[in-house]
Amino acid sequence: MQGYLSLWDEYGGQMVSAFWGNLQLTFWAAIGSLVLGTILALMRISPVPSFRAFGTSYVNIFRNTPLTIIMAFGVLVLFGVFQVQFSSDFNLNFFQIAILGLTIYHSAFVCEAIRSGVNTVPLGQAEAARAIGLSFMPAARLVILPQAFRGAIAPLGNVLIALIKNTTVAVAGSVAEISGLMKTMLEFRADVGILIFLTIAVFFVIVVIPVGLLTTYLSKKLAVAR
Amino acid sequence: MRKSRISAVAAMAAAAALALTGCGGSGGDAGDGDTVKIGIKFDQPGLGFKDGEAYKGFDVDVAKYVAKELGFAEDKIEWVSAPSANRETLLETKQVDMIFATYSITDTRKERVAFAGPYFVAGQDLLVRQDDTSITGPETLTGKKLCSVTGSTSAKKVSDSYPGVSLVEQGGYADCLGLLETGGIDAVTTDDIILAGLAATEANKGKFKVVGNTFSEEKYGVGLSKDATTCADINTAITKMIDSGEWEKALQANTEGTGYSPNAKLNPPKPEACA
Repeated sequence: MQGYLSLWDEYGGQMVSAFWGNLQLTFWAAIGSLVLGTILALMRISPVPSFRAFGTSYVNIFRNTPLTIIMAFGVLVLFGVFQVQFSSDFNLNFFQIAILGLTIYHSAFVCEAIRSGVNTVPLGQAEAARAIGLSFMPAARLVILPQAFRGAIAPLGNVLIALIKNTTVAVAGSVAEISGLMKTMLEFRADVGILIFLTIAVFFVIVVIPVGLLTTYLSKKLAVAR
Repeated sequence: MRKSRISAVAAMAAAAALALTGCGGSGGDAGDGDTVKIGIKFDQPGLGFKDGEAYKGFDVDVAKYVAKELGFAEDKIEWVSAPSANRETLLETKQVDMIFATYSITDTRKERVAFAGPYFVAGQDLLVRQDDTSITGPETLTGKKLCSVTGSTSAKKVSDSYPGVSLVEQGGYADCLGLLETGGIDAVTTDDIILAGLAATEANKGKFKVVGNTFSEEKYGVGLSKDATTCADINTAITKMIDSGEWEKALQANTEGTGYSPNAKLNPPKPEACA
């Protein structure tokens, strides 16, 4: 117990700031992948065959590529070989590469979640939209997507939870986040090894459980009554 | 019906428990005299490296010598992979008898395990490209880009003591070497003997050099469980290996072609008294 308390004295502040890093990654990647995922979903339901083909290829490529490999590609190839600099600040650069990687990966899942929402919208809705003279984009914006999002809240919540936990993969991209700090703590404080694991797990549980409860609540509350 | 299902579940759980304990090897009792289980790194060229069926490196050579002195021939050694984060647990649960895996002797580790040795004193150093002359030691690092492994002592030392340095943290030293070769970073930092081992591999020969200006002291010890009684014998074996010249020979063989020589003031070390 004494040892565990001294762990907090030594690393408490660092743990909080490292976990804040995870939350920031989650925030930016969630916004990025929601935007990109919605665009991809529109492509996949659009009447233009080349858009549909692009959307399908994107989803199949990035959904089936391990996130670690996307992260490693960002650091070893984008940074290492092509010397890509999104930011002049050395550490911020890796942070942005990590957001890019998380966004590219999760937008494939967001796309599929939204598409599952689109499938909850009865075909008659699209036909009615067409009947009053709306073309594809206005019909999607005014009729299909508002209902689709309400039907997709639960799967989108799952993607968000996965994203929160996947931010730990950013350690492969040299971002100061909590799983990297966990390795440091294990290296220096081997005396409380298992407690370190449990502490990090609790950090995630505290964030993930409310997200799960909230999305379940919203998916019921906002469900389209038919 | 219900009852049979419960017993089926119980049988499955029992089978799973058996399968799990099966991993620990048949004996279960670590010091059964027939074989000795030694934990080493499997992925550290020059120190502990699994090359097909063979195990190579300086840690492996010292371990073989010590095992021989304790009465275990080479074919009685069972090599076990001991990644950094698992070393204490492996010793506490008696899955290994000894660990030779770049295991620095520290006070927090001594709370859970015991140490014999040290058998080598390493120091944090820098690995740079062969043609780089701008980096000669830690004081020439300002504005340079460095790479080390996430969570390692070396990474923490750099970020704590040299704030002017940009540090990339990667999962393994091989990734760091990749970045060093393509020019993404200027130097890789960790213990000098690890760097020498990396530079001595077939693929990296002639590309990199160890700067040779150490700025820390890491005493590599032999990890033992707290109730082990072999500490004094291991120390005798290490002393004998150093006196007989075998130690020097093993070191030379594993760092050949890198121009590396350990810090002569601290090496070869004298084993500390056992607790």
